[in-house]
Amino acid sequence: MGMAVLRKTLPQMLVSSAFLAPLFLLLYGFFRDSLGPNPVEKITHETGQWTLRLLLATLAVTPLRRCAGMPWLIRFRRTLGLLAFFYGLLHLLTYVWLDQFFDWKAMGRDILKRRFITAGMMSFLAMVPLALTSTRGWIVRLGGKGWQRLHRLVYLAAAAGVVHFWWLVKSDIREPALYGAVLALLMLARLKKKGRQAPRAPVSTSGSG
Amino acid sequence: MRGRNPFSLPWSMVTPKHVYLSRRRVLASLLPIPAVAAATQRLEGIRKTGYGQGEKLTPYEAVTGYNNFYEFGTGKEDPARNAKNLRTRPWTVRVEGEVLKPRTFDIDEVLKLAPLEERIYRHRCVEGWSMVVPWIGFPLAELLKKAEPNSNARFVAFESFYDPRQMPQAAWAGIPFPYMEGLRLDEAMHPLTLLVVGLYGEILPNQNGAPLRLIVPWKYGFKGIKSIVRIRLVKNQPPTTWNLANPREYGFYSNVNPQVDHPRWSQAKERRIGELFKRDTLLFNGYGNEVAHLYEGMDLRKYY
Repeated sequence: MGMAVLRKTLPQMLVSSAFLAPLFLLLYGFFRDSLGPNPVEKITHETGQWTLRLLLATLAVTPLRRCAGMPWLIRFRRTLGLLAFFYGLLHLLTYVWLDQFFDWKAMGRDILKRRFITAGMMSFLAMVPLALTSTRGWIVRLGGKGWQRLHRLVYLAAAAGVVHFWWLVKSDIREPALYGAVLALLMLARLKKKGRQAPRAPVSTSGSG
Repeated sequence: MRGRNPFSLPWSMVTPKHVYLSRRRVLASLLPIPAVAAATQRLEGIRKTGYGQGEKLTPYEAVTGYNNFYEFGTGKEDPARNAKNLRTRPWTVRVEGEVLKPRTFDIDEVLKLAPLEERIYRHRCVEGWSMVVPWIGFPLAELLKKAEPNSNARFVAFESFYDPRQMPQAAWAGIPFPYMEGLRLDEAMHPLTLLVVGLYGEILPNQNGAPLRLIVPWKYGFKGIKSIVRIRLVKNQPPTTWNLANPREYGFYSNVNPQVDHPRWSQAKERRIGELFKRDTLLFNGYGNEVAHLYEGMDLRKYY
């Protein structure tokens, strides 16, 4: 890798490493047997929570960039989005493998019958096309407008993710309510801005090569 | 977490300096602190029983570190952390209602009411995990008989201790307290139904429902009400906390049944704590030979 490329991608690599730390802590804990009495539950909760946190972080980029005067944040939007997808994939894999042990029939029933699983699956499926089209090549192929329209699926992914969490808890709704409040705030920031602002900058400034 | 503003305390509550200093001296002189010793007090003269032979016990650390006790927080590790200072002495249990001899028992009296037995039971939580626990106690029937239920008594209603000052986390649990549970009288009198005062050979740790809790091994764990202060024999089916909170998800009976799903998840399998993969859940948690007759002719889908 050339020095120029390295310099250009270093910030993203640092952000990725930072947000991969929770995964390494989980792996370390799993093999050290230090994740508590129910390690599978712990892994499920942690990967799910990090998916939501990273989705919200991704959604925070645009409002922060505009309102807080941090235009450079855009460089991290794709990284954060891909990390969210990665944790979502791990979360799903935990369910498929460690929780259901590839019992496809049981999982099919779950997805149809259990609304919190339906919502979770919806959130994940909404992220798949976003991860697949996250490259500059796809922005060109879909055209700025088309790409942007497709990537509005992120709102569905985040909302379904919060609902998934909300429908899962038994009675103490503090945590999902907190995620829901942050999501509502981020959406509100968008609505307010949209009225006043000129059309957005072309999306091709996103991503970083 | 939130707490009361310390600056809002009146001066009358401030400990005088000399008391505060002398208490430090006293504590220092008493090391190791007796309160800690009391937390792991052994129970003597326990009769071993044949229940649960061949079952692999769930480690002590998991039994006492992974709990649902919403008065002390809704996280599994919260009760072990937050129940430390629960005062379990003095403690009384009131037995009343449709009985000939309503009585208030002191906890130390309860401990001597009947010979203590160790019984290894499977414990299945409605959330889909399970444990194997060596409980110590005696059949609930022994206590109920002392109060002599009258002919009107058809159900038993239980109530937990609740003190918001000792249980500040309860405010966030999302369910009302005091916690209430109930059984049909024949379920309550069944020899498997255990009044528990200990586990693993020692006095019941606070996070497990000290000083006195119920264990009904063929029902989901939440039926095993903790830190009991009141037992009332009644004519009609009593209200129970989780059933009130969500009647579709938590029935009055709540017998372990792999065929009847919780609306949000399947009950067909369970994860035994300490095992990676799930095992099949058994009807009545495997105690069908002993208890199935209690529900003969009943539609278990309707009376879940």
